[in-house]
Amino acid sequence: MSDRVAIIGVGMCKFGELWEQSLRDITLEAGMYAIFDSGVRGADIDGVVIGNMSAGRFTGQEHLGAQAADMGGLGDMPAYSVEAACASGGAAVRHAYMAIKSGEHDLMLVLGNEKMSDVNQSEAMNTISVAADWEYEGMFGATFPALYAMMARRHMKEYGTTEEQLALPTVKNHANAEHNPWAQFQRAVPLGVVMKSGLIADPLRVLHSAPVTDGAAGLVVCREDLAKKYSDTPVYIEASEQRGDTLALHDRKSITRMDAVIYSTKSALKEANLKVEDIDVFELHDSFSIGEIILTEDVGIAKKGEGGKALEEGITEIGGKFPVNTGGGLKARGHPVGATGVAQIVELALQLRGDAEKRQVDGAEKGLAVNIGGTGATSIVHIIGR
Amino acid sequence: MAEQGVAQVWRRIRTIYNILGNRCTTCNTYYFPPRPVCPTCRRKGKLEDYQFKGLGKIYSYTIVRQAPEDFQKQIPYVIAQVELDEGTRLTAQIVNVNPEDVEIGMRVRACFRKIKAFGSGGVIVYGYKFEPTMHVTGHDE
Repeated sequence: MSDRVAIIGVGMCKFGELWEQSLRDITLEAGMYAIFDSGVRGADIDGVVIGNMSAGRFTGQEHLGAQAADMGGLGDMPAYSVEAACASGGAAVRHAYMAIKSGEHDLMLVLGNEKMSDVNQSEAMNTISVAADWEYEGMFGATFPALYAMMARRHMKEYGTTEEQLALPTVKNHANAEHNPWAQFQRAVPLGVVMKSGLIADPLRVLHSAPVTDGAAGLVVCREDLAKKYSDTPVYIEASEQRGDTLALHDRKSITRMDAVIYSTKSALKEANLKVEDIDVFELHDSFSIGEIILTEDVGIAKKGEGGKALEEGITEIGGKFPVNTGGGLKARGHPVGATGVAQIVELALQLRGDAEKRQVDGAEKGLAVNIGGTGATSIVHIIGR
Repeated sequence: MAEQGVAQVWRRIRTIYNILGNRCTTCNTYYFPPRPVCPTCRRKGKLEDYQFKGLGKIYSYTIVRQAPEDFQKQIPYVIAQVELDEGTRLTAQIVNVNPEDVEIGMRVRACFRKIKAFGSGGVIVYGYKFEPTMHVTGHDE
């Protein structure tokens, strides 16, 4: 049994609406980047696991493991996908972590992918809303943004969170994405533009929401004792934790916090023997800006109700005490649902390796990623260290 | 094979036409939709059918301005979490009110409405929406 699991290679395709590329193209691109970055040969890999939410509905293609291994020329190794809605990517990382920890696998390719722009907007919205309770939320007209909007409304009522605070995650994440060559939107957006963008479900606006994105991300992970053979700058998964909550948002005691996040973060910090103050860089699941505000509180960066204030004070900016979403987050990097959880780990690994260029957090040694499924029914937390 | 939505809706007719949930008599908790297992008591739980009174107040809400095809004719519409008097919350549309007048804490009662149709020729789903309570119905406080 291996002590820790090493990440020795990372890669992504450029995120965006990639009309010229199919699901197999972008998956291959991300996987190849990760493999070349790691220095392993195809024959060194003994398994592929893919995080994907809904390729069957988005593209008509399932059986993604076979597709990726086949297109990558990887031969007959075990390959399959795992699904946990928007946390599918995190689930794939966690799956590989467990497979290597158990001793069953030695060196695996982890992929996350989603091709969302092959369907029209209506179908994309329907497909996203099945991450919540389709029969009792979606079928009654509650779109996915509507569910997060109800969280936002309640957060404003209970804690006095303002419309300006709701816009701040977008402003920060777009500013960060300016320096991420893989991000969908590599440009800043002023506060006034966010606050005047079209309402989609009051109080949430279009610029509070992650876009429709095509994208894939990949990692090469292996046993700790193999890492130095391939890489001079391996980083390590120091904790992997997952918790669940009710599928439907209306069944939660509170909709202004995510218990699954609170408990999975606590467990992960305990497993890594760290405190939140020890973390240098965060990836928090900002599918909607209110999500980043709530998660800022739930991981312990800010007190309950003060997530918006933490953003105002700039403590989650690059250069602040707790930088959050340095690569642009889901809002500006883009949110190809199944790829997101893997892309979060790619960003943390780059930060820890010192390869994040203009968005580098100086001397980052520990990173924490929270990947959410649905409206908080799944939370997967990883802590990465160097 | 059933037409799209037909079986999926038909098997829930009793539940969504009547707001028929259940109640765990061990811990006295009400569930909607009915749960197959009480998550608190599990095998010690005893579940029996319960028809909700259909009265409650708005816990949170939003005005939906961008919706998939099946709801496009209805936008803008109000979606809310309604906290029923029995303590259970559910998600439903709020109707018979100007969307701008809806607020948290507003008293509402269930009404029977068309929810949506599956595409242009598909089955029509009926069920609960909620509206503000009025003097004439005797539901006003």
